[in-house]
Amino acid sequence: MKAAAFDYAVPKSVAEAATLLGSSGAATAAIAGGQSLLPMLNLRVALPDLVVYLGRLEELKEIAATRTSIRVGALTTHAAIEDGKLPETFGGLMQRVASKISYRAVRNHGTIGGSVALADPAADWPGCLLALGAQVRIAGRKGTRSQPIGEFVLGQYSTSLGADEIITGFDVPRPDATMRWGFSKVVPKSGAFANSIAFAVSHGRGGPAAVVLAAAANRPCLLPAVAKRIEAGEKSEDALRGAIAQGVAKHVAKDDAYLMRLHTSTVLRAVQEVQAK
Amino acid sequence: MKPLTLELNGSKVTREVEPRETLADFLRERCRLTATHLGCEHGACGACTVAVDGQATRSCLRLAIMCDGQSVQTLEGLEDDPTMEVLRRHFHQSHALQCGFCTPGMLMMGRDILLRMTNPNAHTVRDQLSGHICRCTGYSGIVTAIVAAGRELGGPKRPQT
Repeated sequence: MKAAAFDYAVPKSVAEAATLLGSSGAATAAIAGGQSLLPMLNLRVALPDLVVYLGRLEELKEIAATRTSIRVGALTTHAAIEDGKLPETFGGLMQRVASKISYRAVRNHGTIGGSVALADPAADWPGCLLALGAQVRIAGRKGTRSQPIGEFVLGQYSTSLGADEIITGFDVPRPDATMRWGFSKVVPKSGAFANSIAFAVSHGRGGPAAVVLAAAANRPCLLPAVAKRIEAGEKSEDALRGAIAQGVAKHVAKDDAYLMRLHTSTVLRAVQEVQAK
Repeated sequence: MKPLTLELNGSKVTREVEPRETLADFLRERCRLTATHLGCEHGACGACTVAVDGQATRSCLRLAIMCDGQSVQTLEGLEDDPTMEVLRRHFHQSHALQCGFCTPGMLMMGRDILLRMTNPNAHTVRDQLSGHICRCTGYSGIVTAIVAAGRELGGPKRPQT
C-alpha cells in the first residue's frame, strides 16, 4: 500500500524539532531512519498529519567517550555499531547485537534512538541498554532530562517521552575491563523480530551482574535473582534452570509450557555464555 | 509538493515530490527507472534495494524527500560497474534467476556484500541475503553466483564506484 498524505518538516535544531512535534491539534511523528515508521505509514497503521525528520540534527549524531560513560547519539545506526564505530565495544556485545538486527539494508538506516523511542517489546536495544545500565538523554520544549532506560520504557510502544520530546542519545556506563556477556535470541527466521531475547552481563568474577529478558513481557525485564546466581558463581544447570524459571514466571503466563521453556532456554544460554568466558 | 534535489546515477536531478512518496515510487513513477522492483512495500522482500550514499537501502522504506542532497544509485546506473559486471556474468552462468522479479534487489545486495566482504562463503552469503525473497530458484543459484563472483574478484576490499 501507499502512505496517506502528510506534511513534512526538517528542523535544523532540537528546539525547532520540539516545537514542531509539540504542535497542538496535530498528530505528529518523528522520523529518524524510518525503518519502523515507513512500514507503518505504508500500511496506514500510522496516520500522522506531520512527519518531522530528525536526520539533519547534528547533535544527535554525537559519539564520544567521557571518563565514566560512552555517549551514543540517537541517530547512530545499527550498521555503524555493527562496524565498530563506537569508541568502546562492551566486549563486543553491542556489535554482536547490532549485527543480528533485521537485515543490512535496514541496519544502514535504522537508529538506536528510533528503536528505543518506538519501544517494541521484541526490539534488541531496549533490553541490551537495560543490561548495560544506560541512561536515556531526552530533549523537549522545557529543556533536557535524563532517565534510566528501565524507567523510560513503560510498556509496549510506550515510553515517558512527551509529544514534544525526542531522544538525543544514551549514556552507557563504561564497563569494567573484565566485563563478560552472553546474548541469546530465538527468531522464526533470520532478521525477523525475536520470540525471545536474553542478555547477561557480568562485571568481573563475583562482581555485579545483570540479566535481562526481552520479547517476553510488554517491556524488557531484569531478572535480579538470576543475576545473583551469576555473582555467586552458580554453575549447576538444575539450580540455574530453577532460578530462571522462577524469574520468567513473573513475566509470562506460567501455564504456557512452550513460552516457559522458550524463555528459560534463552536466559540459560545467555547465562552459560557468560560463565564460559 | 516539495522540491527534491539529489544525485541519481551520477546526474543531478530536481523534481517536485509529495512527502508521502517513497524513494521506490519516486524512482519508478517520476524518473521512469523501473529496474527497481516493488514487491511488498513494507521492507520484507528486498526487491526494491538500491544504494543511498553507497549504502544498501530498501527504497520502499525511505521517503524520497529524505534523500534530499544524497546520492542514489540504481541498477540502471551500474551498467559499467566492474563488480556488477562480474556478478551479472555469474548470475547468467549459475542460472541465478527465473522470473527475474527479485533479481534487481539480489544484484544490488550481492554487490553490497562483495564490496564489504572479501571472498564470502556460502553460509555468509545466505545470511546476508536473508532479507531477500525469491520464489523461483530456491536461492541455490543465487548463492552460487555471488560466491563465485567473490572468488573471481578476490583480493582486498574494493572502494565503491
